[in-house]
Amino acid sequence: MNNTSPLLSVRNLKTYFNLDEGTVKAVDGVSFDVLPGQVLGIVGESGCGKSVTIKSLLRIVEKPGEIVGGEMLFRSGSAAGPGPNGQAGEDMIDLARLDARGKQMRSIRGGEIALIPQEPMAAFSPVHTVGNQLIEAILLHQPVGKQEARRIAIDRLREVGVPAPEERIDAYSWELSGGLRQRVMIAMALSCHPKLLIADEPTTAIDVTTQAQVLNLLRVLQQQHHTAIIFITHDLGVIAQIADHVVVMYLGRVMETGPVDDIFHHPKHPYTKALLQSIPSVQAQARTQLPTIAGTIPHPFNRPPGCSFNPRCPDAIPGACDQHIPALHPVDDPQPVSCFLYHDMVDEEVAVR
Amino acid sequence: MNSNAPNGQVLLDVKHLQKYFPIRKGFFKRVVGHVRAVDDVSFDIKAGETLGLVGESGCGKTTTARCILRALKPTGGQVLFRTEADRLVDMATLPGEELRPLRREMQMIFQDPFASLNPRMNLLDIVGEPLLVNGLKDRRRRTERVAEVLGLVGLRPEYMRRFPHAFSGGQRQRIVIARALALNPRLIVADEPVSALDVSVQAQVLNLMLELQQRLHLTYLFVAHDLSVVKHIADRVAVMYVGKIAEIAPTPDLFGTPKHPYTAALLSAVPVADPRVRSTQPPLSGDVPSPANPPNGCYFHPRCPHVIDRCRTEAPVLTEISPGHYVSCHRAHELELPGIGELPAADLGD
Repeated sequence: MNNTSPLLSVRNLKTYFNLDEGTVKAVDGVSFDVLPGQVLGIVGESGCGKSVTIKSLLRIVEKPGEIVGGEMLFRSGSAAGPGPNGQAGEDMIDLARLDARGKQMRSIRGGEIALIPQEPMAAFSPVHTVGNQLIEAILLHQPVGKQEARRIAIDRLREVGVPAPEERIDAYSWELSGGLRQRVMIAMALSCHPKLLIADEPTTAIDVTTQAQVLNLLRVLQQQHHTAIIFITHDLGVIAQIADHVVVMYLGRVMETGPVDDIFHHPKHPYTKALLQSIPSVQAQARTQLPTIAGTIPHPFNRPPGCSFNPRCPDAIPGACDQHIPALHPVDDPQPVSCFLYHDMVDEEVAVR
Repeated sequence: MNSNAPNGQVLLDVKHLQKYFPIRKGFFKRVVGHVRAVDDVSFDIKAGETLGLVGESGCGKTTTARCILRALKPTGGQVLFRTEADRLVDMATLPGEELRPLRREMQMIFQDPFASLNPRMNLLDIVGEPLLVNGLKDRRRRTERVAEVLGLVGLRPEYMRRFPHAFSGGQRQRIVIARALALNPRLIVADEPVSALDVSVQAQVLNLMLELQQRLHLTYLFVAHDLSVVKHIADRVAVMYVGKIAEIAPTPDLFGTPKHPYTAALLSAVPVADPRVRSTQPPLSGDVPSPANPPNGCYFHPRCPHVIDRCRTEAPVLTEISPGHYVSCHRAHELELPGIGELPAADLGD
C-alpha cells in the first residue's frame, strides 16, 4: 500500500439494460478507486448492481446490457509482471473504450485482471481436467511452452494448498470437493500474476469451515503477491474479515464508501446503518427480535424518484430525498456518502431524469 | 384452533433415526454400499419450542427433516409424534392411509421461494391448495381462510389473485409460510427458510416466524447452516456432522460453552461483522468426509485438533454431561473450548 495512485479508477460508470419493458439502470453512476495491494469490498443486496459492475470491468456484460457512460481507468502493464505485449511502460487505459473482443482487452482479461467466480462447479468445464483448463490460461497469457506451463500449474496448485498437486492436476472438477474446487479456481486466477483479482462472492456457495479456509488463503496470498482484490459479497461478516476499504451499493448506486473500520463503527448512510443492524450476529442474545429495514428492494422498473433508498429510509427528508438524487460527496473525504443528511450536493449527471 | 399441548410436553421424539441410501453399480444395479445420510440420530422437541438443526452441507440435516415428515421412509428408528388427539404415533412406520390425516398437523417451509411456488397458480390457489386437498371444498370459505392466513403473514388479502412473479423474495417466503399455516399445523419444519433471502429481508422473515410462533403456539424444527440465524430463533440447537449428532444443548450453552470440538470450530469459522475482531486462529483443515465412506471411530477425528488414540478406533456415544447438554465426544469432560463470548482468545490449534 506504499503506492497511492490508484490501480483502477472507476468514474461515473453506467451500465444499462435496454429491454422491451424499459431500461434497467443496473449500474447508474458508480465511482470508486482501487489502490495497488488494496482489498476493496463491495457489499450490497441482490440487484444492487455489484455483479454488473465487475462484468463491466471485465467487459463481459451480456446483451442487451451496455456500458453507456463513464470511464474505468486501469493502469495496465508494469514492471511487476509482463505487460500485454511485454513492454514495461505504464499507462492508464480506459477499459470502457476498448473493444470488448479486441486483442488488448483479451490480454488484460484473465491476465492482468483475473476473476474468481461464484460457483466453481459452474465455472469449470466438466469434460476437461482442471489441469488442462489451468494450463490453457497460462499458455494464453504467458510466453511458455506446454511442459513449462504444466510445471507452473502444479506450483500454483501447491501454493493454494491443494494436496498432491501432481495427481490432482489430472482430476476433473466433479472429482474435487467444494473447497478444493474453489482452491483450484484461485490457482487459475493467480496463475498469470494478475495485478487485480476480482472475487465475485467466492465463498457464498461453500460451507463455513471451508469458507474460513478460503478467506485465510486469500489473505495470505494477497500479502505475498501484493495483489489488489475487489471482493464482492452480500455477507458483511466476510467483508469485515477481509476488506481494507468498503463500497456499499444499493440499486446501482454507491451509497457510501470508506475505510472498513469507519464503515462498521461509524456508518453514515442510513442504509449502511440499517444493514449493519439487521444482520443476525452470533454474539447477540438468543431469541431476540432483529431490527429490520422496512419494505423491500424496489423492482428495477419501479425505481423510486430521488434517492433510491428514500421509501425505506427512516430519516428521509420530504421534498429533498424523494426528488433529487444525492451525489457521493465530499469527493476528497475518506468516507464520502450519498445522502442529503450530510450535504446538499445533487448528482448532476443523473439528476436530469 | 389448535388443541394446545401444554408447553414442555414432548411433541416430537426422534429415536435412533437412520436413513441409508443404497449405492448401486453395474448392469444389474447391485447394491455395493450405502450412503449413511442419517445414522442413529435421536432428539426430541417440546411443544412450543424451536429446535435448530445445524451442520454443513451433506451432514444429513435435510434428510432428517424429510424423514420426520415422512417425505422419505426411514431405514430404521422411530419418529414419535403426539397427535392433536394426544395419541403417540410412530411416523416412521405408519401405513399411508393412516399417515394422511396426520400430514396436516406438520407442514414444511422450503428454502428457495423461487422454486417452491408454482408460477402458474395465483396466491388463492397456492395457499388454498392444502385446504382443498384436505376437504375444504366450499370456495367461499376457502377464500376466507386464505385471506386470513395472508393477513397473518403480513400480506394484503387483495393480492390473492396475483401470481408469484409479482412478489419479491421476502414476500414469496411469506406466501410459503402462509401455505404452511393454512391447515393450522402444530409442527413446522423449516428447511433453510432464510438462506436464499437478502439480509435486510432475512430479518423480517425471522421476526415473522418468532411472532407467529407466539401467536399460534407453533413448534419449529429449524434447519439451517447459518449459526447466527439459528441463534436468533432457536431455544435449543443440535449440531450434526456426517449423519450423526455431535452436540445438543440449550442455545446459550451451545454458543457459550461448546463441548464438542466441531461445534467450537464451527463457531470460530463464522465471520464476525467487526473489522476489529479479525480471526487469527487457523481454520479447521480438511474436508467433511463422505457419508458413504466415513472414517473409523469418531467421524470427526481426522480434522479434530484434540484427537487422542481412542478417537481413532472407538465411536463416541451421545451422553448428557450437564442438564440438557448432550455431547458425543470422548474428551467432552476435560476439554475447555472457546465459546462465542471469549473469541478469539483461546486456542484451537494445539
